[in-house]
Amino acid sequence: MKTIFKYFITFTVVSSWLVSCGDVNSGKSSSQGALSTNAAEKVYVAPGEHDDYYAFISGGFSGQLAVYGLPSGRLFKVIPVFSVDAEKAWGFNEETKPMLNTSHGFIPWDDSHHPDISQTAGELDGRWVFINGNNTPRIAKIDLTTFETTEIIEVPNSAGNHSSSFVTENTEYVVAGTRFSVPFPQRDMPISEYKGNFKGALSFISVDPEDGRMDIKFQIMMPGFDYDLSHPGRGASHGWFFFSTYNTEEANSLLEVNASQNDKDFIAAINWKKIEEYVNNGGGKKVPANYAHNVYDEKTHTATSTMKKEVLVVDPTEVPGAVYFMPTPKSPHGCDVDPSGEYIVGSGKLAAELTVHSFSKMIKAIENEDFDGDAYGIPILSYESTLAGAVKNPGLGPLHTEFDGKGNAYTTFFISSEVVKWKLGTWEVLDRKKTFYSVGHLMIPGGNSRKPFGDYVVAMNKITKDRYLPTGPEVTQSAQLYDISGEKMELLLDFPTVGEPHYAAGIAADIVAKKSKKFFRLEENEHKHAVKSEAESKVVRNGNEVHIYMTMIRSHFAPDNIEGIQVGDKVYFHVTNLEQDYDVPHGISMIGANTSELLIMPGQTESFVWEAKQEGVWPFYCTDFCSALHQEMQGYIRVSPKGSNVPISFTLDGDPVDIE
Amino acid sequence: MKKSKLLMIVGPLLMLGLFVFPLWNITLEAPQYPTPLGMNMHINKFSDVHEFDIKNINLMNHYVGMKYIPETIPEFTIFPIVIGVMVVLGVLIGFFANYKWYLAWFVLMFLLGAAGIYDFYLWEYDYGHNLDPKAIMSFKNPDGSPMGFQPPLLGTKNILNFVAHSYPRGGAYMMFTGMFMTLGAFFIGKKEAGENN
Ligand SMILES: [Cu+2]
Repeated sequence: MKTIFKYFITFTVVSSWLVSCGDVNSGKSSSQGALSTNAAEKVYVAPGEHDDYYAFISGGFSGQLAVYGLPSGRLFKVIPVFSVDAEKAWGFNEETKPMLNTSHGFIPWDDSHHPDISQTAGELDGRWVFINGNNTPRIAKIDLTTFETTEIIEVPNSAGNHSSSFVTENTEYVVAGTRFSVPFPQRDMPISEYKGNFKGALSFISVDPEDGRMDIKFQIMMPGFDYDLSHPGRGASHGWFFFSTYNTEEANSLLEVNASQNDKDFIAAINWKKIEEYVNNGGGKKVPANYAHNVYDEKTHTATSTMKKEVLVVDPTEVPGAVYFMPTPKSPHGCDVDPSGEYIVGSGKLAAELTVHSFSKMIKAIENEDFDGDAYGIPILSYESTLAGAVKNPGLGPLHTEFDGKGNAYTTFFISSEVVKWKLGTWEVLDRKKTFYSVGHLMIPGGNSRKPFGDYVVAMNKITKDRYLPTGPEVTQSAQLYDISGEKMELLLDFPTVGEPHYAAGIAADIVAKKSKKFFRLEENEHKHAVKSEAESKVVRNGNEVHIYMTMIRSHFAPDNIEGIQVGDKVYFHVTNLEQDYDVPHGISMIGANTSELLIMPGQTESFVWEAKQEGVWPFYCTDFCSALHQEMQGYIRVSPKGSNVPISFTLDGDPVDIE
Repeated sequence: MKKSKLLMIVGPLLMLGLFVFPLWNITLEAPQYPTPLGMNMHINKFSDVHEFDIKNINLMNHYVGMKYIPETIPEFTIFPIVIGVMVVLGVLIGFFANYKWYLAWFVLMFLLGAAGIYDFYLWEYDYGHNLDPKAIMSFKNPDGSPMGFQPPLLGTKNILNFVAHSYPRGGAYMMFTGMFMTLGAFFIGKKEAGENN
């Protein structure tokens, strides 16, 4: 109790200091400032023109990933990842159900946190976005030619997959660090015996440079701390990965107090190249595991889920020189590496200053064995030996730092609701701007790379209160865009976001846009139930299953009237969109279907099941306004009593000409 | 070699470009087609400007009852033969014949070309007027007659929501150049003959 009170006092004192010196940036003057400048002009993207950047902003508890344009803040797409999505039938149709398979069965939701874009030689290459599922540990890969999730791998021995999913310089690995340590192997044991018995798995998932196929290469079984965030080294520090920790106390209840006792927690520095070498030489131990690996194939338009049965585990004490702890004050959250790879910024959530470690000093300290003891056999480097400097009185509750590539860093402060610009090397504060309100993470396009695009920073806020029209107790979540091209930051725009805008990654539009797919080629469609012309469409009974092989084109289904279905039949619609034109999807839904509609892209096949429960004649129709005669795009299914002698029949009506 | 002879040999040879480059192009623009739909006509086939353009033109055109653009037409067998024969004939004339034959070749080629254009017009007319009576949408002209959807023979024309452009392409330009070279060859040949006398 005393401790909480102490923090409260500290916060109040520092807040008043902030208010007294930071008044120039109070809310009112800032928003009026934006009006009095050309802020509107700077975010205006004229009709028909394109934004300069893609922003991939995680949906947090929506489980999805949303795509926005910058500087306009316009929402382009919500990519379904970890949560079922009726709009795109994600997790509803037969093709994508396997994507949400896990060792716990079909999980229709997750908490999506940190997207990161693939890199080549430390620069964004725009091939894939990776994002973590926090709740039931998973890493997903989104293909940026289709903006669809094409792979999800579950992470065993983990819980609260939070220090994820950041990629190394050449996308050799995407990491998945556990926030919650758990018994390893999982077992029934008293929670009070947490300390020393729980382990924190840091998983290194390799990414095939050609097809992007993911595979858990190894897991490092670390002491039972909480691993919060992580970032890869780059440049000279390429080959290392840094993870922030909290609860080095290994407390297991009332963590807000009990995990805030140590003056310093750690940033774990992992030489993954060394561990990779160890593993390649036969090091590590294969242990039984059970985790799902789900892959969506663009040719078959279908996902498959495979259960994997073992994982390679590495004990860090068996690879000397591979893992070190750098003491970092007070429960660090962000763990951010600057574009040169030299500075590692640790944001102690409860610290009064921002700690910056030096990579070169760290290497020297390792050589000099500048240790302050060890934790479970892992050397703890002395605090002073790795310290590059500290930003004094930066604000309250530092969370996350990004870099503009021009020698400046930008840190968000949750408690004091601001973005603070400071200089690398001199550690002086250059500018501060209010956010509205309670900012979490921030994003500069290319921020987690050697080459940030230092035009804008996006702040992602937790609270909006009076910033938008009220919509009941739940108001929109929001992001804010600041121009950082000048010496002072300028707030340009508020824009609403989907779910909780937890974290984001951004990239110059021209890297991604030119590779975007316009349609799927029908001749490459290898879906096992695809039919590629109206003439091939058919209806087949197989016991009490009926399979309808249907095609769609502007503006009709073939077949469109189907008879001979009986009560109790399971009717599968396998529907192929015959269009080969950009932006011409069709949809289909069936009355009473216990699923969602299908939204089928040109050249794609999707399937759903409809159970015939009542006699009658029941319609289906196109759900996507596809053409002038969209309303006419419909058909019927006649359901007869069970055992009826109405034969299976259908009409191939509509257009008499086969255009294939 | 005499200038006229050279022109008379090179001119017909230029027409071989028709076997490589399209003769004509029809492009359809509409707001919902920021990348317009385009069809190239070669002497032996139709081709898409962008992949699947012809398929998509057919899909659009079926609303007003227009026929699907056929895979092939008899002209695609005739045209290459005609052009091939004319090239060979032209080169032979260039090598062995008197300049007066140059004009004869040009006139023959001109007539054949005119016949080709007339044939194209007939095809377009049929395509644009001979509509499916069960067409999804039928439009009437202000005088009550059924509206046709014939693309222009040459130039640009509004057809409902589309703007249709119809213009020659590389092959045609090479043909025209070649033909004018043979015409030039005739006049130069005539002058050369005068000087020799
Ligand atoms: Cu439709």
